[in-house]
Amino acid sequence: MKLNRRTFLGTGVVASAALSAPMVMASGKPRVVVIGGGAGGATAARYIAKDSKGEIDVTLVEPSRKYYTCFFSNLYIGGYRSLASIGHTYGALAAEYGINVVHDWAVDVDNEAKTVSLAGGSVLPYDRLVLSPGIDFIDGAVPGWDVTSQNKMPHAYKAGSQSELLKAQIDAMPQGGTYCMVAPPNPFRCPPGPYERISMVAHVLKEKNPTAKILIVDPKAKFSKQGLFEEGWANHYDGMIERVGPEFGGDNVSVDPDAMTVNIDGEVTKVDVCNVIPAMKAGKICEMAGVNDGNWAPVIAHSMQSKIDENIHVLGDASAQGDMPKSGFSANSQAKVAAMAVRGALTGSKVFPAKFSNTCWSLIDDNDGIKVGASYEATDEKIAKTSGFVSATGEDAALRKATYEESVGWYAGITADMFG
Amino acid sequence: MRKQLSLKHFSIGVLVSSVMSVPAFAEEIGDVDMGARVFKKCAACHQVGAEAKDRVGPHLNEIFGRSAAANEGYRYSDGLKNAAADGLVWDLEHLDAYLENPKSLVTGTRMNFRGLSEPEDRANVLAFLRQYSDNPSNYPEAEPTAIAPEVELAPEILNIVGDRDYGEYLASECSTCHQRDGSDQGIPAIVNWPAEDFVVVMHAYKRKIRPHPVMQMMAGRLSNEEIAALAVYFEELE
Repeated sequence: MKLNRRTFLGTGVVASAALSAPMVMASGKPRVVVIGGGAGGATAARYIAKDSKGEIDVTLVEPSRKYYTCFFSNLYIGGYRSLASIGHTYGALAAEYGINVVHDWAVDVDNEAKTVSLAGGSVLPYDRLVLSPGIDFIDGAVPGWDVTSQNKMPHAYKAGSQSELLKAQIDAMPQGGTYCMVAPPNPFRCPPGPYERISMVAHVLKEKNPTAKILIVDPKAKFSKQGLFEEGWANHYDGMIERVGPEFGGDNVSVDPDAMTVNIDGEVTKVDVCNVIPAMKAGKICEMAGVNDGNWAPVIAHSMQSKIDENIHVLGDASAQGDMPKSGFSANSQAKVAAMAVRGALTGSKVFPAKFSNTCWSLIDDNDGIKVGASYEATDEKIAKTSGFVSATGEDAALRKATYEESVGWYAGITADMFG
Repeated sequence: MRKQLSLKHFSIGVLVSSVMSVPAFAEEIGDVDMGARVFKKCAACHQVGAEAKDRVGPHLNEIFGRSAAANEGYRYSDGLKNAAADGLVWDLEHLDAYLENPKSLVTGTRMNFRGLSEPEDRANVLAFLRQYSDNPSNYPEAEPTAIAPEVELAPEILNIVGDRDYGEYLASECSTCHQRDGSDQGIPAIVNWPAEDFVVVMHAYKRKIRPHPVMQMMAGRLSNEEIAALAVYFEELE
């Protein structure tokens, strides 16, 4: 009931906002369009609307009525969270912050006219555009795989139905079967994400299918929090997990989704679940807006403005963000810098020096949480790391438990910060 | 497993003065001296005694027998206000349960304390607190229980008047983890603290006296002015 009401509420406000749109435009308020309702976009929209106190007209374009956070979706796969608990709607952003939430796809940007075209036919004018579309996969990155094979070989790297599918496949594995992950090359969304996922898959299999095997095919020589993960895997899942790095052909992999086989450096292996996480690039709208240099959108660190178009800000995974990792925390942090810059540009409000931070928590097994984080500042060249920390190997159980509990608190904090 | 503390120890105020001027019934709950030691954990946020004031937490004079959330001038969490509306009174039994697990007794309390799992620790600290809750209220002269601040800060740092607007921007970084409504959902609440306490705590992280890597990192790169700005912003946050 509640979900229906909220969804309905969100839509209702959109409808009424659309009706009153001509009045808003006539009043000459500056207009901001935000594309993407995740950690970057939802936060930016909320902060611009909240802090401008109605002086800026904010439209948020997001195709999904219900947004599932990619962060904590591994905990869903591990059975620690329900899918519902990582799903969020936009009712509060619409009702409490007056944001026009439009559930549609942005399909083009006209940089000269400063308009965004939506798949449904609407054209939204803007004074500033905020792009926070997340990631898309690079075609052909894993030979044999494309998005049409995602139902056979899910990526589950955009949360929601893909997460559900992967979890169901793991649950249905035959006893003693093989789960294979094709891990992505750098840079990619959530550097510890694939390895937290391995931990969560192992947690499920240890319980239900203890003779099952986990195979990681990895093009990278090393990965985030590697020592911590490997220590945890040895402690909790000894003998279950095998990782094939580039030295053994992990960078030369193709798949056959129909045969459910993986070809690693010429050797073909039959697997039961194949979780293909291909190489990534900025969400497609960045290409349409012409703000990419290669696969990602370079930004001015002080304001998150595109280096190519000063009327566009790019946040989160889609941006080339200097030393920051691609994470929900980073996107949320960048959104506040961008929101301040946008308000400063459009209403003359005071602009303070940018500060950025990030922390990534990962869960290895029950109450065994680890974290890595850093703070950053804006330089003329990039977002530059100033200091950081990482959990240590051999930490006691109480600290690991506290770290996990902290991550649960962070989830509640950041989602309140995003969705109001 | 909680040791049952008997209410009859102070059912009727039969006040027997000892030479130590400690009410006898207080001794019966637990060991006052041991309780004073346990109270050091509480003293980071709570004061008790003749000079006690509300700090991060309310002062604890006259806590026994008082309704929850009844200390005038202190801004309680909605959780405690709701509990008070439901009739929560701080008698020995309820104080004992609260100290064992604050969030289990009062959902939504801002008191960020894991609780005292040892029944004896609870008994001792309650015996200690009981001294400051005589009825009639003539709590004894006692050494001030406020402990020295975690870090000694020069007056010029403590006296900085924070820029609230700057604090609002800086605070956006805090609210990635800390709830703005003051609730504690796994990350401690930080709203409505006295600004001075906020400043002291942040400098304790900045100087790595308080042990938490995220907070040491966050505080470590904040200037004295920025800490003051955050303190005034969060103190006044509605």
